[in-house]
Amino acid sequence: MPLATFAGLDEAVADLVHDGDTVALEGFTHLIPHAAGHEIIRQRRTGLTLVRMTPDIVYDQLIGAGCASKLVFSWGGNPGVGSLHRFRDAVEHDWPVPLEIEEHSHAGMANRYVAGASGLPFAVLRGYTGTDLIAHTTNIRTVTCPFTGEVLTAVPAIRPDVTIIHAQQADRHGNVMMWGITGVQKEAVLAAQRSLVTVEERVDEFTPRPGAVVLPNWVVDRVAVVPGGAHPSYADGYSVRDNEYYQRWDAISRERETFQEWLDEHVMRAGGE
Amino acid sequence: MADWTSDEMMTVAAARALHDGVVCFVGIGLPSTAANLARRTHAPNLVLVYESGTLGAKPGHLPLSIGDGVLAETADSVITVPEVFNYWLQPGRVDIGFLGAAQIDRYANINTTVIGGDYEHPKIRLPGAGGAPEIAASCREVIVVVRQGRRTFTDRVDFVTSFGFGSGAGDRERLGLRGAGPRRVITDLGVLEPDPDTCELVLTQLHPGATVEQALEATAWPLVVHDDLVVTEPPTETELDVLRALQATAGGRTPERS
Repeated sequence: MPLATFAGLDEAVADLVHDGDTVALEGFTHLIPHAAGHEIIRQRRTGLTLVRMTPDIVYDQLIGAGCASKLVFSWGGNPGVGSLHRFRDAVEHDWPVPLEIEEHSHAGMANRYVAGASGLPFAVLRGYTGTDLIAHTTNIRTVTCPFTGEVLTAVPAIRPDVTIIHAQQADRHGNVMMWGITGVQKEAVLAAQRSLVTVEERVDEFTPRPGAVVLPNWVVDRVAVVPGGAHPSYADGYSVRDNEYYQRWDAISRERETFQEWLDEHVMRAGGE
Repeated sequence: MADWTSDEMMTVAAARALHDGVVCFVGIGLPSTAANLARRTHAPNLVLVYESGTLGAKPGHLPLSIGDGVLAETADSVITVPEVFNYWLQPGRVDIGFLGAAQIDRYANINTTVIGGDYEHPKIRLPGAGGAPEIAASCREVIVVVRQGRRTFTDRVDFVTSFGFGSGAGDRERLGLRGAGPRRVITDLGVLEPDPDTCELVLTQLHPGATVEQALEATAWPLVVHDDLVVTEPPTETELDVLRALQATAGGRTPERS
């Protein structure tokens, strides 16, 4: 298998993310790859199917910038603050472009990544039962257990064209290490055709850490060293969550004009973070 | 005049519903505040599970999100998100699921997805399901914490995000749901509980200062009032002190930040 190579963030995104791709930028509050999201916006990708369990403000930014035509998700909000205004504007008013949605529960999405990582076509769970999600999402079906006859819920594997995550460290060989809340990132990388990991720091050799997740260099395509690349999310050991930024985002994103100004100043005219 | 707010009363009532030693799946906002209040008062051995994978978190301040660093730092174990749902929630290892609601109906079905219009073009697009459908299905029981108002307490929810009792008694059993469902809906006015026969939510408890008329006015269906309506004990000084100290630290914004 080809081994991970180091690249600049702009070069890595240009290589791996194409118009129309299915792209998962995963992260569960912690380690969200914001800088990579901004690079996708700067490169003006369009028609993306964005996948994420918890699309929060970086997806709000991608959606508001017109990069996405579809969102596959289970919870879209600004955690602890409220709505995602750009996401709502896209769903409610088709601005700046219409956004198709495919909506799941967390349990369903987590299992879809597990199936993708496992090379299986679908996952089985007890889920969605009695909810109206079933009527609106054709990707929620049932399967009968061949051993007990019990009817269970089935959801198809997610296989993103590209998964992008942020981690604390890469070693000189391009192996990746992350710790703290690691969410569903390992599964999301293993489920994907291609992967990009932005890291806080490149180290010569890892210091072993109990509980850390290590992704070997033969399942990662590109590593980009982007210190602070998760901000306003955080990287345990390097930064703390910028909760005030999440609160400020509510006002910035509420109107199209203030969002556009923010986008121009902080993403389009910024040369990367 | 009471020297506490109806929101404080609601949070205190929610905290009291958590017995010491139970395992509680905690959402952010009011449920998290209530669970942390309980852990600091009568339930020091309450086990808090946040869906980010922090099992047994003991945060020193109120987190703003379900994945704040303080949760991971103080957890007994940090596990992956698939594991949270597959190994811990799905088999019934969680006693109580704590949920909020944008809409709740007379059979305690919850909507956090869309309000008004149609699904493709709703009037209000809400965040969606998150972990709630499976929390509502698989926890041994569910407690809902939500402010009471006519737009929230609606006859039928616009969208069933999390299943309560469907159209009434027997629906959960028919669907094979394993948990007992919502046992208590705690509001800023009082407490509603499902009628043992019909599963319709009935007003069983009123907070001090609130009136039956207020509760009726704040409910869009003809709310049944239980014959033995109980009045909630007002918040104690300790409960209020601890609650206010907690809220002052939300998101780690005080000097206590580590």
